[in-house]
Amino acid sequence: MTPRKLFRHETILALFVVVALFVLDRQSDRFFTLDNLFNQGRLMTEVGLIAIAMTFVIVTGGIDLSVGSILGLSAILLGVFWKSLGLPLPAAIGLALVVGTLAGLLNGLIITRFRVPPLIATLGTLALYRGIAEGVSQARSVRGYPDGFYVLGQGEVWGVPTQLWIFGLAAVVAAVVLGYTTWGRATYAVGSNEVAARFSGLGVDGTKIAIYAASGFAAATAAVIFVSRVSTTRSDMGTGIELDAITAVVLGGTSIFGGRGTVVGTLLGLVLIQALKNGLSLAGVKSDGTVVLIGAVLILTILVSNLFHRNANR
Amino acid sequence: MTGAADPARRARPSALARFVSAYGQEIVIACAIVGLFVVVSAINPRFLGANNLNTIVSGNAYIAVAAIGMSMIIVTGNIDVSVGALIGVLATISGTLAVSGYPVWVAWIAPLFIGAAINGVVGTLVAYGRLPSIVVTLGMLSILRGGLVSFTGGAWINNLPPAFQIAQARWSGIPAPIWFMVILTVAAFLWMRHTAFGRSLYAIGGNAEAARAAGIPVERRIVQVFMIHGTVAGMATMLFATQLRVIQSTVPPNLELTVITASVIGGVSILGGTGTVIGSTLAAVLFAAIGSAMIFVNVSAYWLRAVIGLLILVTVLVDMARRNREFRSAR
Repeated sequence: MTPRKLFRHETILALFVVVALFVLDRQSDRFFTLDNLFNQGRLMTEVGLIAIAMTFVIVTGGIDLSVGSILGLSAILLGVFWKSLGLPLPAAIGLALVVGTLAGLLNGLIITRFRVPPLIATLGTLALYRGIAEGVSQARSVRGYPDGFYVLGQGEVWGVPTQLWIFGLAAVVAAVVLGYTTWGRATYAVGSNEVAARFSGLGVDGTKIAIYAASGFAAATAAVIFVSRVSTTRSDMGTGIELDAITAVVLGGTSIFGGRGTVVGTLLGLVLIQALKNGLSLAGVKSDGTVVLIGAVLILTILVSNLFHRNANR
Repeated sequence: MTGAADPARRARPSALARFVSAYGQEIVIACAIVGLFVVVSAINPRFLGANNLNTIVSGNAYIAVAAIGMSMIIVTGNIDVSVGALIGVLATISGTLAVSGYPVWVAWIAPLFIGAAINGVVGTLVAYGRLPSIVVTLGMLSILRGGLVSFTGGAWINNLPPAFQIAQARWSGIPAPIWFMVILTVAAFLWMRHTAFGRSLYAIGGNAEAARAAGIPVERRIVQVFMIHGTVAGMATMLFATQLRVIQSTVPPNLELTVITASVIGGVSILGGTGTVIGSTLAAVLFAAIGSAMIFVNVSAYWLRAVIGLLILVTVLVDMARRNREFRSAR
């Protein structure tokens, strides 16, 4: 281990996480119980799935602000397909996932074919997708799903919350794809120097379109789990979740300019945020105070990591 | 001397052509507003009533004002996603001062200074800490939003003194917010076009390294423009907080996105270096007019956001097509 490697962002963040867990454990004896940790895992899954896909998006130098709206749209359509159109629930779930993926695909096409900056393109689709969700639902919520559906968001499989299996699988697959496949290397190449990547014969546009489609798919999956967890469908679901996901990704050391970042970092970022939220509320701090702390931690971590990074470059 | 082949003449297009190419986006939006008014008033003539026009513009003037500061930030190649939270915090401070017996002018002016101070910190972190502005303002968004709710506990501010309600005043028959919006827009436009300071913002957004080489103190300018943006957000707060007799001590949802959208639709390139505040103000008026028009033509207001989203995408795609064509013909 060279010092350069030791001081990488993930190491600093892991130290932060360990310190935070230690301090929070001392504050409340309920923090380190299996029940509490599993419950926190449930709460983390939706933003976690989105953040994992967002890691890829930001590594390419892009951003996806529309994920919260895709979540809302997929959730509403899940309810409409099942209740209003009378489709069987599995088919409704499948269609909701397809719509979410198509919404992401449209983002990718606008960004690559028309050269629209990702921030603007997804700002537009953020309004568009949420608008369609609001227009379709007309502020009506859908409830009364069959009991079997709630296994996904409220039940357990082999003693572990169902959605944690999905989240774990997604995290492992994403970490392997980004870290150890040629496709993952291409993602970094696109983010660090798009022109060079193009001249090296990489399918830059194809890579980007696939990543935005995957981001849409992740948001739709999060939507299905969300609906199952809270037992209802509303058009304002997932509002602002894009900022939570981006915070976790950036906290995890992914450069907002692209080319740098790992899935492990994002997972550490997610855990740190969730641990702070939960631990501080157990210790009696109001949740709004925690939000302040998360903002401060975000700025501080990037500042510290920036200092180390710059020193290492010199 | 055949006109078409004369390179000197080709390099100097007519004044009208230059005006159209420099203010293309502003012209498109102005036409969209006029078109909207013609179509909607044909369907429902009451849309053109003076009362409705005043409501449309004065109720949303604070968005246009906030978009002026945002446009300056985006012109330098930065962004601020915390402006909605900032306005929420400043409104609560302003209202608290007004009900605690301070003179109303103190309650109006205080947000300007506090906004400048808060955004001065943001600007310092961006310029000297070398942090991306989206990261700093994302963190600031959490800090302001969380701080606001934990400070107020979600309680509303009631019993505001009537003298505080500057947004309901009329000067020469025209609502005060419209005066603010128009004067600030024109002043900011002229300032950005015709002063060395204003032009340096475009230079920094166009190419920060070149601006530095040309002797512009880039870091100091970025801190200053963030402080100006904070001051302008304080003015937006003055119009926002004095609209109603109560102040909800929560952050207005999605306000930052509405403000950014107005700037971008107004032609401020997110890549920095181009755009004017006339465009962003026109775009804010257009949004307000669309929202009102949907009521007058009996479309469910739940479709409003879908229409705005579609509008953003169409504008951006048209703009990109125009830019790509200009880029190709310039080569």
